[in-house]
Amino acid sequence: MKVKLLFFASLREQLGTGGEELELPAGVTTLAGIREHLTKRGGSYEKAFSGKALLRMAVNQEMAQPAAPIKAGDEVAFFPPVTGG
Amino acid sequence: MKIAVQRQDFDAGAEMRAVARDPKVGAVASFVGVVREVPMALEHYAGMTEREIGKIVEQAKSRWRVLDCTVIHRYGELKPTEQIVLVVVASAHRGDAFAACEFIMDYLKTRAPFWKKEQTPGGARWVEARASDDMAAERWSEFTEPRRFG
Repeated sequence: MKVKLLFFASLREQLGTGGEELELPAGVTTLAGIREHLTKRGGSYEKAFSGKALLRMAVNQEMAQPAAPIKAGDEVAFFPPVTGG
Repeated sequence: MKIAVQRQDFDAGAEMRAVARDPKVGAVASFVGVVREVPMALEHYAGMTEREIGKIVEQAKSRWRVLDCTVIHRYGELKPTEQIVLVVVASAHRGDAFAACEFIMDYLKTRAPFWKKEQTPGGARWVEARASDDMAAERWSEFTEPRRFG
């Protein structure tokens, strides 16, 4: 199952990319699962997605909790806490 | 209702007059956020930003008597003294307009996906989210009786 990942702000700079198409391994079906999968890549990904990192997440442009289910074609965004206004 | 996320500047006076055309309007409250001291670049999540602001405005309308509302938020490179954000609320009376305007601004700061990067003399740095902004939004929680006067 394929999803579209988006990264913003300091996270985008840390990873050196604004996003990617990702083929999820079997068994990864939640937002928390994707985060764990990305952590396992090591390097800057491990630093960015480990449990210690303060990240917000959205699925199809709606804020979402770690347990949120993911389906094929979803737009999944990771970003730091917002600082607009 | 008008929601805009744009690079270009806005005319706050013109936006305030635009929501006051309905003869039922007796109060127009507004807020303008301005870049203070340090040049910055504002990034946003196109699409989600407009949706989040729309949801915040809908919540404000469900809590206070709002006749019309305009929210404009800029992104891109902004220099000190430049305008960043505008919230305008029109109501019959000032209590609803003041409260809804403040609510929209507090929620926007903690929910709309914008990120500021400051260009300081020591280099660029991403602005960190502030706990005081979370507390400002928190005080509007469902258990709080909305202010009503006027």
